[in-house]
Amino acid sequence: MGLFILRRLGVMILTGLCLTFIVFWLTNLYPNLEKLAKTQGNFRMSDEAVSSYLGDRGYLEPLPIKFGQWLGVAPGWVTEKEDGKTIGRCFSEGTPAEERRSFCGVLQGDWGQSTVFKEDVGGIVATRLALTGKLMFWVLVLMVPSALIIGVLAGMREGSKMDRSLSTVSIVSTATPEYVSGVIFIAVFASSAFGLKWFKGSATSAMDSANFENFFLPVLTISLYGMGYIARMTRASMTEVMTAQYIRTARLKGVSFKNIVLKHALRNALIAPFTVIMLQIPWLLNGVVIVETLFNYKGFGWVLVQAAGNNDIELLLAVSVVSVIVVLLTQLISDIGYVFLNPRIRIS
Amino acid sequence: MEHLTWTGALSPLNLFLALAFGVLVLAILVQMVLSLIPSGSSRAVYADGTMSSDQGLSGFVGMILQYALLTTLGIIALYVVAGVLMGPNAGIIGGMSQQLLPVWIALIVTYAVSITFKRKLGLYGKMFDSTVGMIGFGLVMFWVFAGFFGGVMDWVTTHDTLSQVSGMKNKGPGTPLNGAEAGDYQWFLLGGDNLARDVFSRLFDGAWIVVLIAPMATLFAFMVGITLGLPAGYYGGKLDTFLSFLANLILAFPVILLFFLLVTPEIVLTGIPNYMAAILFFFPLVFFYVLLNSRFYTQPSVRTPLLIVVLGGLFWAYLSLISNDGAIVSNASYTLPGLPVFLDWIRMPSEILVVFVSVVFVNAPTVFRIVRGLALDIKTRDYVAAAQTRGEGPWYIMLWEILPNARGPLIVDFCLRIGYTTILLGTLGFFGLGLASESPDWGTTINAGRRLLSIYPHAAIAPAVSLLTLVLGLNLLADGLREESLRD
Repeated sequence: MGLFILRRLGVMILTGLCLTFIVFWLTNLYPNLEKLAKTQGNFRMSDEAVSSYLGDRGYLEPLPIKFGQWLGVAPGWVTEKEDGKTIGRCFSEGTPAEERRSFCGVLQGDWGQSTVFKEDVGGIVATRLALTGKLMFWVLVLMVPSALIIGVLAGMREGSKMDRSLSTVSIVSTATPEYVSGVIFIAVFASSAFGLKWFKGSATSAMDSANFENFFLPVLTISLYGMGYIARMTRASMTEVMTAQYIRTARLKGVSFKNIVLKHALRNALIAPFTVIMLQIPWLLNGVVIVETLFNYKGFGWVLVQAAGNNDIELLLAVSVVSVIVVLLTQLISDIGYVFLNPRIRIS
Repeated sequence: MEHLTWTGALSPLNLFLALAFGVLVLAILVQMVLSLIPSGSSRAVYADGTMSSDQGLSGFVGMILQYALLTTLGIIALYVVAGVLMGPNAGIIGGMSQQLLPVWIALIVTYAVSITFKRKLGLYGKMFDSTVGMIGFGLVMFWVFAGFFGGVMDWVTTHDTLSQVSGMKNKGPGTPLNGAEAGDYQWFLLGGDNLARDVFSRLFDGAWIVVLIAPMATLFAFMVGITLGLPAGYYGGKLDTFLSFLANLILAFPVILLFFLLVTPEIVLTGIPNYMAAILFFFPLVFFYVLLNSRFYTQPSVRTPLLIVVLGGLFWAYLSLISNDGAIVSNASYTLPGLPVFLDWIRMPSEILVVFVSVVFVNAPTVFRIVRGLALDIKTRDYVAAAQTRGEGPWYIMLWEILPNARGPLIVDFCLRIGYTTILLGTLGFFGLGLASESPDWGTTINAGRRLLSIYPHAAIAPAVSLLTLVLGLNLLADGLREESLRD
């Protein structure tokens, strides 16, 4: 088991490095850098001005060296300008010479500076992640129990009327992407056109104080798309368990249906959905980006859109590192958790 | 011209529809609750050994449900049929129904032909045995025909999709056209959007973009996934480890981040999408080459002409797909020449190409994993061992023994994946990536409509509901196919 986790961690780090390198390469392509220079400087810069702007800030060094600087395994760039001022990656103009470090990168805990927000990337990501964490928490609170209940109710008697109705509901919900359900919810429950102003169409105020009125619609919108999928997986696993031999034995012994479902079937039926739920979490990230844009909730997804739209390289890298970690960590947890939940499986 | 209501002269029917629908919903809920309670219906055993029982309460509710469903569907059908005959006199629904007449005819013909010959049509025919599959197929074909007659033939659309009509900005559904002349269609059936264009026409024009790109992109993703997944599963070893690592690498990327990185004007300038297209679109050629070569290589007199014809045609299609204005990659610093313009029969603007490529790129690893899993499973079967003993080559076994036996799950996944691709395309449009902002496709229209959502929701709701029905249709179709393919 220990070896398994170690090997998985090794693969995770390799994957993470590859992915960040791809992001780094794509964001450092020259047209992207040119756009960055023009948005930071001014839009009518000449080509020479653009290349001197980029050259001064170390953007034109070879890609592996820049990547090493970002990682913190290569010394950061230092430029001496013609007027004698020295600027560098790891210090600003005012930093005294003895405090100037030569290495500053992710390994030193320095995530760099955002060019859009003019702030420390680490700080931005932390605050925005906290906001998205709040959203995700309520999404999971709403999504997981309802999906499990729907799946179990549908799967305990395969082919019954209950099963057919609930299966239809879950198919409809998997066919409704967030930008469709969100639009419909806002139009029906928050617009003046239908007159039902039950909820608010914007969740900006929920960043400080979330309440039912301003937070329910975004949470519902994200939950709905994932809910159908988890419910269908739960239903499949429940129907499989209900045809097992030990359930038949219990029935023949005269155990009541309620006890069969709750005491015998449920535990085994919930192993598969656990994996599905864990693997669903990275998919929720898509939903988070869409919903945060639609409801104007300035969390992690909103930062992703801002960073990508403005080619904010270091912020985008931090965002991708976080999302890659989320993806790989949930995969790891789902594998390990599966082993713990299902004693029939042993990892050698 | 008057402002149209939703149902016009048929409005008295609305009450009955609401009533029937209410009863239907109530009956479904009651039935769900009843299914939790064990039925204690009385059974009578007769002297001759037969047994009978009454329907009981749940049977009674079931009967009500059935009638309510029939009434609801009947009234809706009445709206549609009366709409075809009465046109806008039957309100907005009538007007739409009349515009959609070619679609209705095409649907009826498809169903009549398919049901008549369903025993001769294999899996496609079997789908007409399952209600769910038929409903799903109906929804999908509705949009396919609507896209074709609306986007290509211009029979469904009522106005030009780009022209702006003054005074029609953000007007609600059924608004009469401002300053209409005699030849014009007199109403904006689904209202005007924030640039005063007709929502109805844009909806059906955009349908064609969706029903064209989504299946094509899925098809390419399948070609890539199959060509790489079969050897990975069949050979295993280093090749499998390497390809699986690559697939997992792409899958670990959040889709939206990948889109934001790939589908930007700056990346289009570098020509990366063109290179990706050149690589990804080459896989179908490899696939067909291997497919035909492995089957016919013992008969060179058949194989050589066949390969020349098929691969020649495909190669031409490949070149015209990836080249644009006579160049494969064209940017400021260099130009890679492609097919000359006069031979280029597939017009693929670069912004559509980049959307296409990124959707294929995102979908291919998942298909790869599915195919690999199926190949791993099937290669242990006896018929594979028999083929190996016969001395068949590995590619013959993969493509002519394993692949046909994996078709069931692959066809089902193909349907689901078209739905997923449609959602991805919508996502791209929602973020304003790729397609031009005046493009009528659904995602872009939702994006344009969402800013005024709380005041004028109609412009965003129409494409949202359309996308929902199309994806729902594909999901139901996949469900029906799965059911029927498991049966044999």
